[in-house]
Amino acid sequence: MSLAFAFYILALPQNFKAIRSNSPILTLFKKDLLLEVRQQYSFYGVLLYVASTIFVLYLAMGQPEAPVWKGLFWMMQLFVCVNAVAKSFLQEGRERLLYFYTIAGARDFILSKLLFNALLMLVMSLLSLGLFLLMLGDPTTGALWFVLISVLGGISLSLVFTFLAAIAARAQQSAALMAIMGFPLVIPQLLLLNKVSSIAFGELQGGLGGMIVLLAGLDAMIIVLTIILFPFLWKD
Amino acid sequence: MLRQNWWKIVCVILLFYTLIAGFLGEVPAKPILNETIRNLYFHVAMWMAMMITFIISLVYSILYLRTNKSVYDIYALEYAKTGIVFGSLGVLTGSIWARWTWGAWWSNDPKQLGAIIALLIYLAYLVLRNSMTDLDKRARIGAVYNIFAFAMLFPTIWIIPRMVESLHPGGMGNPALDTRDIDSRMRAIFYPAAVPGWTLLGVWITTLRVRLAVLAEKAGS
Repeated sequence: MSLAFAFYILALPQNFKAIRSNSPILTLFKKDLLLEVRQQYSFYGVLLYVASTIFVLYLAMGQPEAPVWKGLFWMMQLFVCVNAVAKSFLQEGRERLLYFYTIAGARDFILSKLLFNALLMLVMSLLSLGLFLLMLGDPTTGALWFVLISVLGGISLSLVFTFLAAIAARAQQSAALMAIMGFPLVIPQLLLLNKVSSIAFGELQGGLGGMIVLLAGLDAMIIVLTIILFPFLWKD
Repeated sequence: MLRQNWWKIVCVILLFYTLIAGFLGEVPAKPILNETIRNLYFHVAMWMAMMITFIISLVYSILYLRTNKSVYDIYALEYAKTGIVFGSLGVLTGSIWARWTWGAWWSNDPKQLGAIIALLIYLAYLVLRNSMTDLDKRARIGAVYNIFAFAMLFPTIWIIPRMVESLHPGGMGNPALDTRDIDSRMRAIFYPAAVPGWTLLGVWITTLRVRLAVLAEKAGS
């Protein structure tokens, strides 16, 4: 017993070291968060974009039926994601990226970006869902389910677009290129999300659980591929 | 091996065998399908050829990232292009088949949609490459995207079509074909002749295009 305790004490510094070696990710993440809190540029920029688009939708079609509502919501998420996530790489100049690369390493850098963008899209999804419910009405039968699904959807989309933003940032013509690469790539996810969201509309059908698992698996695959492939994008 | 001629002769013989035996051979008489079951030798075999060329393209992209030899990038690009051609032919032959069995050229079947999405993803690969002028950067970013694009084939053509209802033969199980529909006479044409025949044709086209691209690069530098 006391021997185990002694081992525990001896191992403590190692444990701390292990936590410290993870810290570049957290530091970079905190830096992104701090920049966002101080400048509030991308947050309010995207929020204004969301609010005005939803307002135009409201003026154009009033309060639509459930299938239209669902389709509009996911298309809206797609455009929000392109706008919110594209900024994450554009705001870093070339020199600053090189600096991060020398102090932190590519994997830490992309992990912190994935984390930050996931958080940003989570907040954006919830806000745009709130605006949707406010202006376009509430055709859902289980709004709470839809909150969960839209969080899952927002995070899934943010992962794909973080990777694409990294590619686009290296290939200059960023914004247009992101749309060209991104839209075909996210169709499978959007189709799955649209199918899965029927849970919240009371149209239960078989195989939905499998689709949620598939979505989660897709996310895991994208994270792994991003971590493996990102270092190659930065070798110059 | 690819410089030799014997496999080109094999390719021509296999394709002639596929064409002649495919159109004249006996096929099981199935309701609805009738004679359209012969499309197996073309539509399904071309999809297989597409998958094989995409896999070869993926391997060359990985090789490029590991070694940085520009010839591997040319191989990856040309195999992806051949894959896109076979994929388009696959969609086209499938659409003709659907006209006579489902009654419409296009009916938003999950398998048709998955095929179109997969092709769009690969077309974006070509657009992405063209957007860059720096050769080294184009090759590296192209290889990274190509690997990602291949990974996205899994959900679009291998997983989602198996999960949703579809009119396509094979139903919810195998997305390509129902093996109970075909008999040993058809198998004797499909596996040994149609699939390798179309695949070899794809490899042949690609090697010619790679030679051309390598020569063009040499002439340019």
